[in-house]
Amino acid sequence: MFGNLTLSALPHEPITVGAGIFMAIAGSSIIGLLFYFKRWRWLWAEWLTSVDHKKIGVMYIILAFVMLLRGFSDAVMMRLQQILSVGDSVGYLPPEHYDQIFTAHGVIMIFFVAMPLMFGLINLAVPLQIGARDVAFPFLNSMSLWLTVFGAMLVNLSLVVGEFAATGWLAYPPLSGIVYSPGVGVDYYIWALQIAGVGSLISGINFFVTILMMRCKGMTLMRMPVFVWTVLASMTLVIISFPILTATLGMLSLDRLLGMHFFTSDFGGNAMMYVNLIWAWGHPEVYILVLPAFGIFSEVVSVFSRKKLFGYTSMIYATVAITFLSFVVWVHHFFTMGAGANVNAFFGIMTMIIAIPTGVKVFNWLFTMFRGRIVFASPMLWMIGFIFTFTIGGMTGVLLSVPAADFQLHNSLFLVAHFHNTIIGGVVFGYFAGITYWFSKIFGFKLNERLGKAAFWHWIVGFFVAFVPLYILGLMGMTRRISHIDESTGWQTLLIVAGIGVVIIGIGVLLQILQMIVSIRDRKHNMDTTGDPWDGRTLEWSTSSPPPFYNFAIIPTVHGRHPFWDTKYGESEQVAPHYEDIEMPSNTPMGLYIAFASVVFGFAIVWHIVWLVVLAFAAILALLIARSLDYNTEYVVKAETIAKIEAKRK
Amino acid sequence: MRVILVVAVVGVVFLMLSYTSSHNMGVFNPKGTIAHAEMNLIVTTTLLMLIVVIPVFVMLAIFSWRYRAGNTKAKYSPDWHKSIALEVIWWIIPIIIIAIIARMTWISSHDLDPYKPIASSVVPITIEVVALEWKWLFIYPDQNIATLNFVQLPIDTPINFRITGDAPMNSFWIPQLAGQIYAMAGMDTTLHIVASEKGDYAGVSANYSGFGFSGMKFTARASSQDEFEQWVRTVRMSPSTLSIDEYTKLAEKSRNNDVSYYSSVHKGLYDKIIMKFMVPANVIMTKMNM
Repeated sequence: MFGNLTLSALPHEPITVGAGIFMAIAGSSIIGLLFYFKRWRWLWAEWLTSVDHKKIGVMYIILAFVMLLRGFSDAVMMRLQQILSVGDSVGYLPPEHYDQIFTAHGVIMIFFVAMPLMFGLINLAVPLQIGARDVAFPFLNSMSLWLTVFGAMLVNLSLVVGEFAATGWLAYPPLSGIVYSPGVGVDYYIWALQIAGVGSLISGINFFVTILMMRCKGMTLMRMPVFVWTVLASMTLVIISFPILTATLGMLSLDRLLGMHFFTSDFGGNAMMYVNLIWAWGHPEVYILVLPAFGIFSEVVSVFSRKKLFGYTSMIYATVAITFLSFVVWVHHFFTMGAGANVNAFFGIMTMIIAIPTGVKVFNWLFTMFRGRIVFASPMLWMIGFIFTFTIGGMTGVLLSVPAADFQLHNSLFLVAHFHNTIIGGVVFGYFAGITYWFSKIFGFKLNERLGKAAFWHWIVGFFVAFVPLYILGLMGMTRRISHIDESTGWQTLLIVAGIGVVIIGIGVLLQILQMIVSIRDRKHNMDTTGDPWDGRTLEWSTSSPPPFYNFAIIPTVHGRHPFWDTKYGESEQVAPHYEDIEMPSNTPMGLYIAFASVVFGFAIVWHIVWLVVLAFAAILALLIARSLDYNTEYVVKAETIAKIEAKRK
Repeated sequence: MRVILVVAVVGVVFLMLSYTSSHNMGVFNPKGTIAHAEMNLIVTTTLLMLIVVIPVFVMLAIFSWRYRAGNTKAKYSPDWHKSIALEVIWWIIPIIIIAIIARMTWISSHDLDPYKPIASSVVPITIEVVALEWKWLFIYPDQNIATLNFVQLPIDTPINFRITGDAPMNSFWIPQLAGQIYAMAGMDTTLHIVASEKGDYAGVSANYSGFGFSGMKFTARASSQDEFEQWVRTVRMSPSTLSIDEYTKLAEKSRNNDVSYYSSVHKGLYDKIIMKFMVPANVIMTKMNM
């Protein structure tokens, strides 16, 4: 009846039991509160079924923060294990558990923290920046969100029902094959990523089309804000690379389910083919994440230096160059495969060429600050912290791109320090800057600056205390993913220092939570009544905070790169507004239903529950057909209604 | 405030220096020619990059301070956003530096290619390495001996490691002697090294391969030629031999294995381990009695 699922799949280790109980309590108290305050209908009608890009963006970011807490807890557990497990002591986590934790940490941080943060910010800002009322495909936008959410839920479910993969975040075969990993862990991994991956691909197409087709009048490509440009580049990468991920994981699951031999060691299978394919997706993936962060910094540096962005055209060319190059460097993740000197040298040189456009970007940012009037609001602090941190990460990156040097650095903690250096220093700092920058636009009040700055200082100091020791440990020969070290190595001291760093970052995270609470409590004092709290330049600041659900009562016409700045400080004649009827997409729960059916499908495959697989698949098809036949997906907002809303806002 | 900052920075630097000087710095403490060349490459590349990185840090600090909003004396040009000359400079300088590093990369990739035999008047020794779950098996085909989790080699003699696996993918790494290379089932990789100084060096698997991965360590002992020959004689006196049956037992999963010696090895064992993945498993079982 239930396939391979039996009661023995429930946890029996104290830590997992504790985590399960915690999740149950948290979940049921949220449900209880919703009943108590009778907020179900509101939640359902206003949020869960919403196709409004602003609300979808907010939900993406909430998901990212919830998962950040889980991913961060994993990091703390790993650090603690490595500090304790020295010599005769084996620490508190057996390898069977520890190895799941580092796998989950990587998967969660990339797929369910960084990606939702990125899509969240894109949702919040892109339609507003290009003067659009919504995205090209609002329903697909809602479906993407829910596919990502349910992908994340599948990872969390594996904590209590069964186990998660213990293979490392990219699940290299043959280790991830059925012979070496017979449990359900890898299947959970595959289906969580497949479901979330389809969501990401659809989002990629959605924003690609939105940017190309829905810009307001006068916004030519070379007048788009740099953030929109970087999103366009990033979405191009999503469209090209995510199908590779889907196909690769598909083949891996065929190996596991049907005994095929794409990636096994025998019957002509080739594990290194998987490694090539997964990195043909995986390398572009890091640029998918970091390019929009570059875009946010370009907005931030210009606004807070009170100056036009230096070298706009250069920035665009650099972005496009990075987009192209990110597809021809994937072999640098496995120079140690033994591919031979010519292949290695080619991919090494292609990799280091990326440093050139990236370097140009750094100089352009610096010269935007030059002869400016810099206001050190917290987004600008993240920006300066980013330039400092990311430059170091870029430098160690070039070092790793030299194959003969990589032989000594690969798979060591040096590598771990390097990619945290670029992902925390680049991606995470960038998205935190973006959240602070656009928060008031979405919620109508600003975040508390004092706590925001305190959080920044903890993050950056904590980052260096946590990761400089890892660079040194890597050079000393400590490899990644080990759960026990010999006392004679003397590595424990540095591991303790790194642990202190994690504690400092943890305080930073707590300060951010506190910042959120305090800002909501004091929101009456931090109201953003102008809609333009930072003296901005681009269109999103021209509408109120929060914007009306249709964003712009009248679609703006743009004459330059700084449309809002020009209207604010230039000579513009005041015309009496003439409102017209607007067509807006209707809310629909279909995206939620389809995503739910998908996660049931995934769960059923994980546990080989055949009837449920068939049923869930039929449900997905039926829902898709039903939605396709529904022509009644939009409604009209009358001009009079808009006039009323606009009058109230003024 | 500034005094505290300076004291803190000096303190951290001092602690770091005292730590690094009292511990084995692995990659930065090379005891073989290849590891030595790789260290030099790491240092040179880093220094070249500092040509760009240090000015960036200096500008970041100066610009942040000088152009802060409170400093109304500093020049303010809100509309200045373009300078062909400046942009040409910062396209060209990184291009030059990357061109230099690219040239170094091309040359070093070929010079330090793990497949490239090391030129020497001394006759090289071949050692076959098999990564198992979770231990390292070393076979000396010419000496017809084998060892587990321990490899001894004479200094100043080129060593040709042939590397495969009968396990998930591992990576064979002795940081003080040379960079790593993957050990993959059904595949045959090569690593050429020369040890230049006597001593015991830590060897590990650098690529995660399952639950016993942390214990997958071995010692690489570089000794004189005489000591090496003496050691080979000791191994030959071991009561254990590595027959096919013994190998099959050894290949089963086990963690934190001790060192062991085998006085003789089934002929062609290494090739058989690779070949068993080349044809359907059940066929090879009957053919080789494995």
